[in-house]
Amino acid sequence: MSQEIIAILMSVIQAAIRAGSPLLVGTLGEIYTERSGVLNLGVEGMMIMGAVSAFAVAQIAGNVWPGVLAAAIVGAAMAFIHGFMSITLKVNQYISGLALTMFGSGLSSLIGQQYIGIRGYSLKPILFNFDPLVYFFILLVPILWFVLFKTKTGIDIRSVGENPEAADSSGVNVYLVRYLCTIFGGMLIGLSGAYLSVSYIPSWTQNMTLGRGWIILALTIFASWDPRGALLGAWIFGGVEALQYRLQPLGISPSLLGTLPFVFTILILVISTRGTFRRRMGAPSALGKSYRRGEK
Amino acid sequence: MKLKVERRLVESRRRTISITILSALSLIAIVFLACGVNPILAYERILYGAFGSIYSISETVTKSITLMLCSVGLALAFQTAIWNIGAEGQLLIGAIFGSGIALSFPQWPAYLLLPTMFLAGFIGGALWGLVPAVLKAKFQTNEVITTLMMNYIATKILEYLLYGPWRGKEAWGFPYTEIFSSSAQLPTLGTTRIHYPTLMIAFVTVVALYILLTRTKLGFEIRVVGKNPEAAKYVGINYAKIILLVMMISGGLAGIAGIGEVAGIHHRLRIGISPGYGFTSIIVAWLSGLHLLSTIVVSILCSGLLVGGEMIQIALGLPIGVVEMFNGVFLFSLLIGEFFLRNKISLDISSKKIESRGQVK
Repeated sequence: MSQEIIAILMSVIQAAIRAGSPLLVGTLGEIYTERSGVLNLGVEGMMIMGAVSAFAVAQIAGNVWPGVLAAAIVGAAMAFIHGFMSITLKVNQYISGLALTMFGSGLSSLIGQQYIGIRGYSLKPILFNFDPLVYFFILLVPILWFVLFKTKTGIDIRSVGENPEAADSSGVNVYLVRYLCTIFGGMLIGLSGAYLSVSYIPSWTQNMTLGRGWIILALTIFASWDPRGALLGAWIFGGVEALQYRLQPLGISPSLLGTLPFVFTILILVISTRGTFRRRMGAPSALGKSYRRGEK
Repeated sequence: MKLKVERRLVESRRRTISITILSALSLIAIVFLACGVNPILAYERILYGAFGSIYSISETVTKSITLMLCSVGLALAFQTAIWNIGAEGQLLIGAIFGSGIALSFPQWPAYLLLPTMFLAGFIGGALWGLVPAVLKAKFQTNEVITTLMMNYIATKILEYLLYGPWRGKEAWGFPYTEIFSSSAQLPTLGTTRIHYPTLMIAFVTVVALYILLTRTKLGFEIRVVGKNPEAAKYVGINYAKIILLVMMISGGLAGIAGIGEVAGIHHRLRIGISPGYGFTSIIVAWLSGLHLLSTIVVSILCSGLLVGGEMIQIALGLPIGVVEMFNGVFLFSLLIGEFFLRNKISLDISSKKIESRGQVK
């Protein structure tokens, strides 16, 4: 009996880690983007483009890894568009991000049309039923935390996001840092899409990201812009998703169970933005504000 | 030689609109070329499909009703600096509430049933808008994410109802409710699908909101909150009240649009009553420059784009995603237009330094 319970528990934890992996790497990407002061609401669009490019390139190449690489490049390219809009043209970052999401979901269904219903290449598990990407994403957490909080690069990134005027006058190239962080973030978000289409569900369906991009934006706030928090948040959400499938046999409507992640996102957002709590964690002060040299 | 970017002192809306349209047309042309379609031919077909015949004009007007109701509410919300991305969900919940009335009281006469349905639709949409508003006013929760989450939840609730308790007996297993009784169906103009009662509501609403915003004390408070929330609190404006009110109106109007769709066009609740009207309305609102009266004209134009877009999609065999992609391209073009509204670019030949793109001043 107790062995059975342990077996069920293990399978739930395993499912949670797998479901949480794309959320983890995407949140890490958005944390770096937002830490530099750029708000990218285009996560959903970059993620779905990552998913379709990984799947398509893997099909063409006959191997998964070129697909994974392609997803990172596509994510970076899309992030560059957002960077150009918000850093160079200094236009409204909300609208630019939304445009990126619409553009991405449209273009992905255009590209993916010919791949619907095909079983794709998928990554092979290496240890405990997890594939290399899962381990890579987890390994990124301590590395990215170290870079952000213990190195000169990290100080530059955070100062650009907190007070670009001061960073500029101390010789940091505000625009360059913001571009690099946005593009790096896009790469990771592209990878999160790749994980979906070559590992989690090795196939292509339209809108297969199912709002995960928006959950990532919420997790970034929940994590208080700290990579360690991203790990916690992603696994909690992975757990909610795993739970959703475990509860289905009990006769609860799958549609109603499907609202769980979204309801949970709102709850977690409320908890992590409640007045005093927010002040303690501190969002980057210049988040979403374009920087114009020599002007306040 | 270097590129010089300067701030303009005088901003011209007309120039913005022409730059927006020009850059949108050329960006979309690239997409057409990539799909192997002659862009000029495609544009001609879109124009013809949207305004080329009585039928297409009537379809354009029909779709514009929904866009008008949603976008005027969004323009109001955006002016108050509330990022309501949830019109899609508010529309669905409005449709669900109104349909609930239609299915529960089919024997009521039309003069009683239809107004009750509209009222229920407004209440449904308003409630769906109020949740993010309360969270924003009370906990400063980011409304972009919450309104979006509410969209997903609304879609799931609609799915639940249509696959579960509300599925009609004559729907042959499709996710549809039964057809509404005739007193729950809106009259249309002649043989077209223009459900004119909703159109009239839309017109009256736009004008009423315009007057509210520009001529009343409440409207003044709304504009102050939008320009500077801190200052608004300082001069004693009730910030929470304004946020709740604006989101209630914005959500409620989307709800009315939803009930217009089901009572005027589909005559039943079904999956897919909105092919993303809530998102297209964001573009309409932004393209109108958040000017409430302009939403009428821009709604008709964008509706034409939707109708014409559907036409060429079928005629030229383009995939479904194309229209959504155009929406994205359109928004980008709009931002480029806004950039040129505020800045002037000139070539400075005297200087020899070439500045990198990231350092444009």
